[in-house]
Amino acid sequence: MKPSSLGDVFDRQARAAFVLPSVLIILAFSIFPLLVSAYLSLVRFQIAPGGYTLHFVGWSNYRKLLFGSEQFHFLGTFGEVGALEWTLIGAAALWLLAAFVRYLRGGAWSLAGLAGRLLATAGLLAVAVLCAYTTGGAGRLGSFTVTLFYVTAGVAAQFLIGLGLAYLCTLPVRGRWFFRMVFFLPLMVTPVGIAYMFRMIADTTVGPLAPVWNAVGLRQISWAADPWLARIVVVIGDTWQWVPFMFIVLLAALESQPRDQIEAAQLDGAGGWRIFRDITWPSIAPVAASVVLIRLIEAFKIVDLPNVLTNGGPGIATESMTLHSFIAWRTLDLGGSAAVAYMLFFASTICCVSFFHFVVRAARRAQGA
Amino acid sequence: MKTDILQRALVAAAAAALSLCAAPSSAKEFDGVTVNVMTFTGPQIAEPLQRRAPDFEKLTGAKINVITVPFSDLYQKLLTDWAAGTNSVDAAVFAPQWMVDYVTGGYLEELTARVAKDRALKEDDVAPFFRDFSQKYSGKTYLIALDGDFHMVYYRTDVLKKLGRKPPQTWDEYLEIAKAAHNKDWNGDGKPDFGSCISKKRNAQAYWWITSISAAYIQSQGTAQGAFFDPRDLKPLTNNEAFATALRFYKDSTQYGPPNEINLDVGDTRKLFISGQCALTLDWGDIGTLAIDPTESKVKDKVGAVILPGATRVLDRDTGKLVGCDRKRCPYAVHGINHAPFAAYGGWSGGINAHANPKVKDAAYAFFSYMSQPAQSNVDVTLGKTGFNPYRISQFKDMSVWTRAGMSVEAAKNYLGAIEASLNSPNMVLDLRIPQNQRYQQVVLDTALARFLAGELDVAQTMQTIESGWNELSNELGKDKQLAAYRASIGAK
Repeated sequence: MKPSSLGDVFDRQARAAFVLPSVLIILAFSIFPLLVSAYLSLVRFQIAPGGYTLHFVGWSNYRKLLFGSEQFHFLGTFGEVGALEWTLIGAAALWLLAAFVRYLRGGAWSLAGLAGRLLATAGLLAVAVLCAYTTGGAGRLGSFTVTLFYVTAGVAAQFLIGLGLAYLCTLPVRGRWFFRMVFFLPLMVTPVGIAYMFRMIADTTVGPLAPVWNAVGLRQISWAADPWLARIVVVIGDTWQWVPFMFIVLLAALESQPRDQIEAAQLDGAGGWRIFRDITWPSIAPVAASVVLIRLIEAFKIVDLPNVLTNGGPGIATESMTLHSFIAWRTLDLGGSAAVAYMLFFASTICCVSFFHFVVRAARRAQGA
Repeated sequence: MKTDILQRALVAAAAAALSLCAAPSSAKEFDGVTVNVMTFTGPQIAEPLQRRAPDFEKLTGAKINVITVPFSDLYQKLLTDWAAGTNSVDAAVFAPQWMVDYVTGGYLEELTARVAKDRALKEDDVAPFFRDFSQKYSGKTYLIALDGDFHMVYYRTDVLKKLGRKPPQTWDEYLEIAKAAHNKDWNGDGKPDFGSCISKKRNAQAYWWITSISAAYIQSQGTAQGAFFDPRDLKPLTNNEAFATALRFYKDSTQYGPPNEINLDVGDTRKLFISGQCALTLDWGDIGTLAIDPTESKVKDKVGAVILPGATRVLDRDTGKLVGCDRKRCPYAVHGINHAPFAAYGGWSGGINAHANPKVKDAAYAFFSYMSQPAQSNVDVTLGKTGFNPYRISQFKDMSVWTRAGMSVEAAKNYLGAIEASLNSPNMVLDLRIPQNQRYQQVVLDTALARFLAGELDVAQTMQTIESGWNELSNELGKDKQLAAYRASIGAK
């Protein structure tokens, strides 16, 4: 056997050598902070002469969030659950059970798939029960459920409006290029700028639209003092900012669908809704699912709008998990802040991985079929 | 043509030579030194620092770089910069009550010797309370006072005259006046105005008001009795009939305020008051000077100030109930009314990073001294935009300081009288100055109050939340240590 030359050795190591810088950068800027924050979530920061100390407190910061003095802040305040809420929980449980049974009877189940579905099902049921308890009676939402509200309401609204606008812009109307540009503009504005703009616009007493609010008799109405109105204003601001992202991606998807199928359907006399349902939607579904996934990941991190618009108020009604973590950090509760950040990490990972497996991949499979 | 070019060249050379001759020949003490000073976004507080920095640079050569951050970030930004050893901030203007944490960590430069040698500072002219509370910790000087803070009630003199009322002496009277004045047009713009404007925004500068209100019910035996904790055992004084009364007032006053009052910071309520939209407000000394600002104020010569209203019933700490005032229970009462003026915040003061470069420390000290010297301070305390309020004896005695700024003698006497009444009260309430006081007030108290105003908690739940939150903090930080620090801070024997 011929001994390896130096060139062969270099060739064999080349792949690793080229990949190594990227791996080191990822380790330094992503994995390392993740590990440090994991450690921080298990300690308590204290000022000490000459600097600070970090006392190891185990799971105490997590226990505080889930069962202790910070439970109201993170999970919410539990109220009474009525018949309606129990019915909704029951319906959700039945739906999940049916989906689970369908998966098992499909015959193509794997251990990893089973574990993932069990986790997703348990998570969804727990969220359903939590929502029922924190919205019923004297219940109040915590930063976890408020974040879920922003994510679901915000992303759904952004998707529907973005899809509608994109569809309109594919129609042969005059000035559609102008509208494309206008619809895209909000994405260029910094989120804090949007938050301040909405804060001014929504101010019913001294804002630029105060005469309008006064004229329609809304001067005495304060959205900032009502928990649900304040949350809705945050969602409106978020939607205004992110609709252009949905719009531009979905517009590209709509414009790249094959024209021959649509023309054939039109020749066969199919109406607009039928064409959209049977041709357009299956064609754009994978892109739509992917763009929703990207927004889901981003939406979990919402912080600028509630921070500027309401400072998390009234009370803690509009506080997202990121804002909760930020406020804890600002008050030097570094352990508590890292624990909230990790809970956010778990929640967004479970949600987004589930969405990817059950929606994005399903849409791709459907398109492939 | 050539001659023309030559002439021009000669003129240019002569001009250059002249300009070189005109340049200062002697180097200044702090040439090439840059001092990074951090304070809050303002515009108050940052404004006088930024405005006077170029003048100071001309005098000394030191460049002052003012860095601003939101108020709610200031404590943490400074602490993390200094504790982590980054030391990008050389000096800061902040709340004296945070001094306890910064001194404990060894981050603040001791200034005792410098102040003793600094004749231009005129330290004897600084009112004793600010000299002790705002500048010193454990008998040593760490800060230079730039501001003096007390909470007061401001009222519209014309409104009270029309209503036939006198300035409020009790919190009940405050509510009666607010109710009577609410929903009437007081500034002639055709829109109904508000009876009372109190800043109640979370994560801002609003959480002090509840102490201003509750203090009159809680503290009656003098400063050493304390208004936050029972100095005997560190039991929070936030779960009793007195605090419940204050909470009810706090919520009731909201119905006579702007609809978005719970989302207003103190800057917002100031704008509302000086634009003539409020009959009453609670504030530090700033309203007095903002009201005479010709560019913004619509209430010049229509504003009065009065010591914080009091109460005729005070807390029996053994039973947790309110009992009527008598000579024994309320030895400092005036006409049967117990006042407990609250020195909220204490006044913005400047401190220096102990780990800064020695030359930078010298320049930072020189800058704070320059800002505090009467030549600058006596002007700045009369300008509403500075956020600085009187803290020097001369500023209380010399009326010309105020008349030059455009205040009538009568208005100046009324304004300074309210501050002096607070300053001289033996029942003054000192702000909390125990380790990590910021977590007690800015986290536990502020969050509970915000939830109470939002209707998430009722009175009993709010009191319970504050009490358990404060107890949890005290236990975490060491109850005995916190008790000793509290007793020392109020002078309890």
